[in-house]
Amino acid sequence: MAAPYRYTIGARTYRFDDLAEVMAKANHARSGDRLAGVIAETAEERVVAQMVLADLPLTVFLEDLLIPYEDDEITRLIVDTHDAEAFAPIRHFTVGDFRNWLLADDTSAEVIAAVRPGITPEMAAAVAKIMRNQDLILVAKKCRVVTAFRNTIGQAGHLSTRLQPNHPTDDATGIAASILDGLLYGNGDAVIGINPATDNVAQSVRLMKMLDEIIARYEIPTQSCVLTHVTNTLEAIEAGAPVDLVFQSIGGTEATNSSFGFGLADLAEAREAALALKRGTVGDNVMYFETGQGSSLSADAHHGLDQQTCEARAYGVARHFKPLLTNTVVGFIGPEYLYDGKEIIRAGLEDHFCGKLLGVPMGVDVCYTNHAEADQNDMDTLLTLLGVAGVNFVMGIPGSDDIMLNYQTTSFHDALYARRALDLRPAPEFDAWLTRMGIFAEGDQYRLAETLPESFAHSLSRLPEGADHE
Amino acid sequence: MSDDEAGPERDHLPAEQVESGVVDNPWRKLRAFTDARIGLGRAGISLPTHRMLEFQLAHAQARDAVHLPLDVDALCESLDEPPSPLPNQAPIRLHSRADDRITYLQRPDLGRRLNDDSAATLAEAAADDGYDLALVIVDGLSSFGVASHAAPFIEKLASELADDADFDWSLAPLTVIEQGRVAIGDDVGERLAARCVVVLVGERPGLSSPDSLGLYLTWNPHVGVTDADRNCISNVRPAGLALDEAAQRLLYLLKEARRGEQSGVALKDRSGGEAIENETEQKNFLTG
Repeated sequence: MAAPYRYTIGARTYRFDDLAEVMAKANHARSGDRLAGVIAETAEERVVAQMVLADLPLTVFLEDLLIPYEDDEITRLIVDTHDAEAFAPIRHFTVGDFRNWLLADDTSAEVIAAVRPGITPEMAAAVAKIMRNQDLILVAKKCRVVTAFRNTIGQAGHLSTRLQPNHPTDDATGIAASILDGLLYGNGDAVIGINPATDNVAQSVRLMKMLDEIIARYEIPTQSCVLTHVTNTLEAIEAGAPVDLVFQSIGGTEATNSSFGFGLADLAEAREAALALKRGTVGDNVMYFETGQGSSLSADAHHGLDQQTCEARAYGVARHFKPLLTNTVVGFIGPEYLYDGKEIIRAGLEDHFCGKLLGVPMGVDVCYTNHAEADQNDMDTLLTLLGVAGVNFVMGIPGSDDIMLNYQTTSFHDALYARRALDLRPAPEFDAWLTRMGIFAEGDQYRLAETLPESFAHSLSRLPEGADHE
Repeated sequence: MSDDEAGPERDHLPAEQVESGVVDNPWRKLRAFTDARIGLGRAGISLPTHRMLEFQLAHAQARDAVHLPLDVDALCESLDEPPSPLPNQAPIRLHSRADDRITYLQRPDLGRRLNDDSAATLAEAAADDGYDLALVIVDGLSSFGVASHAAPFIEKLASELADDADFDWSLAPLTVIEQGRVAIGDDVGERLAARCVVVLVGERPGLSSPDSLGLYLTWNPHVGVTDADRNCISNVRPAGLALDEAAQRLLYLLKEARRGEQSGVALKDRSGGEAIENETEQKNFLTG
């Protein structure tokens, strides 16, 4: 263990036993770190820890591993894939220098992309801790991460949405109703992704086939995903199911992922299987990951680290598998990890920044639960900030109300708000489809058409009985 | 508020009443197939006024369910003379180690343990040869759910237990706990030497379900039990799983737990039929 870190301010000397303690105490205040017992004890101690952190060399993160190499396959992944040559231009920096460099006029998207293989998740986590919200936004905006499957996601000036048509019993007509609603509000270019109510292979395959038929019938330039366990998706592929994207919730420690029932080898195997299907038309990014601060602590798998550092390590996992989409579900976990709107907003910006800095195509599930101190106004604020920061995608659900998962996330209307307020377009291929189908008004790209597009009017005429009254 | 008036109708706007300045969505009739908030219409690209306020009302009700303290006096009064086979004594009032709501929300660990005063109170109630079952009422995350449904549910369950032909049930005195989580039932069960505990807890409120009660059954309760060793019956409320049906389902699980002397995953596997399944291949209007 490295020597303790000390800092004297006035008559008082602060002492931090190890790097993990500096990292944790430098973290902006949040309930999850308090629950873990790693939070700074006073406001002054927090800033002192940030000052200590700012003066540490970046190389400390290559030497003083927060979770030992022999104990954790994610540490091994980070260390074994670290690119010393790419790291060379920033090797002499402290964490504080690193922040200045990221903000510098000449540090362009291309410069960051070149250095990126030399940046470890812990370096990203560390610099985020000494950045204000505006720094997180400004640097993330530079870090464009563009991916593709049947359309192209993440270009400057674009904002995509995951259409999330969940239903508490996976009822096909109920799901189709939400899909129609979303498409007619111009949503669904990142993915049409269902959280199945029942997590088994047979059910997932039924939903995969349904989504595949809808995308084919209307020639929608988008992709589908059923958010079931990676091993289920692998079985579905083996059974011949039409799998576009492989989903998995991931965490930043091996023990977290073990609690989720998978390891890195499972992700690699499923990715190979999905690639072999060759279903992408304009790209071959076939993975969809979800993350969120607090998952490691929740699984008692955090190794005494703060939750923001664990989260950044999850992006180290994500980038290795070249995903189409990675989504931090920032407010879902509850107030024992992120207590209120302020903590959720801060965490959303940190996650988006760390992911983008590491080259991960970040989206954010801008969301909250009813026992968190948050409301629609907080979500409007975070959505707007993320739109400015260049987030790749957000969720879109009917009226912000997920009736299966029982939480609130951004609505189809919210996505249109962000697009209009910030002048952001859907993915180009999907944008063209919306105009072709008559969903967007002719000649005005931010206006919905007044009339129901012909092909969907035809579909509605096929409704089963009982639909004429509410 | 009566049971069948849990909230205003979401669709209180008559179909013929068109809100000024709003573009309606003709596919709103699909609401017949889902509770999702589809076809809301739009003012420009934004939510129409009434739809926006409907959402705010639902959220306000859910927030109140979390933050309004459980009226313990009223609840205990309604259970002053509990039905047999419960012992004829008023509920014992207890409190977790979380002193207030803010602490409770941020420190689930404190909500899982009784405070010192409550532990002492409970020591006086313990019987030498223990009990077959302890029923524990916990405010949890919805005081509405507990205030509305706990007492009527206990009436129904007591009746099921009294009529059970297979087992006689010796019940511990009822307990009511403030600022508690599910696992606090383990602490209570252990102190009362109960062979089984059932926790009735207010569930995290959904936007359209602020009053759900959850039932958690644990065999051999003791501090440190994990959730894998529990069985859960969720969404107990008039508009969800009806109280009668929930009581019958719980009795079934109680008997199975007593026969097998276990609860949790193993028990659930054998009871079966609980998972939501859509086995039939379904058509939908989008693909015809």
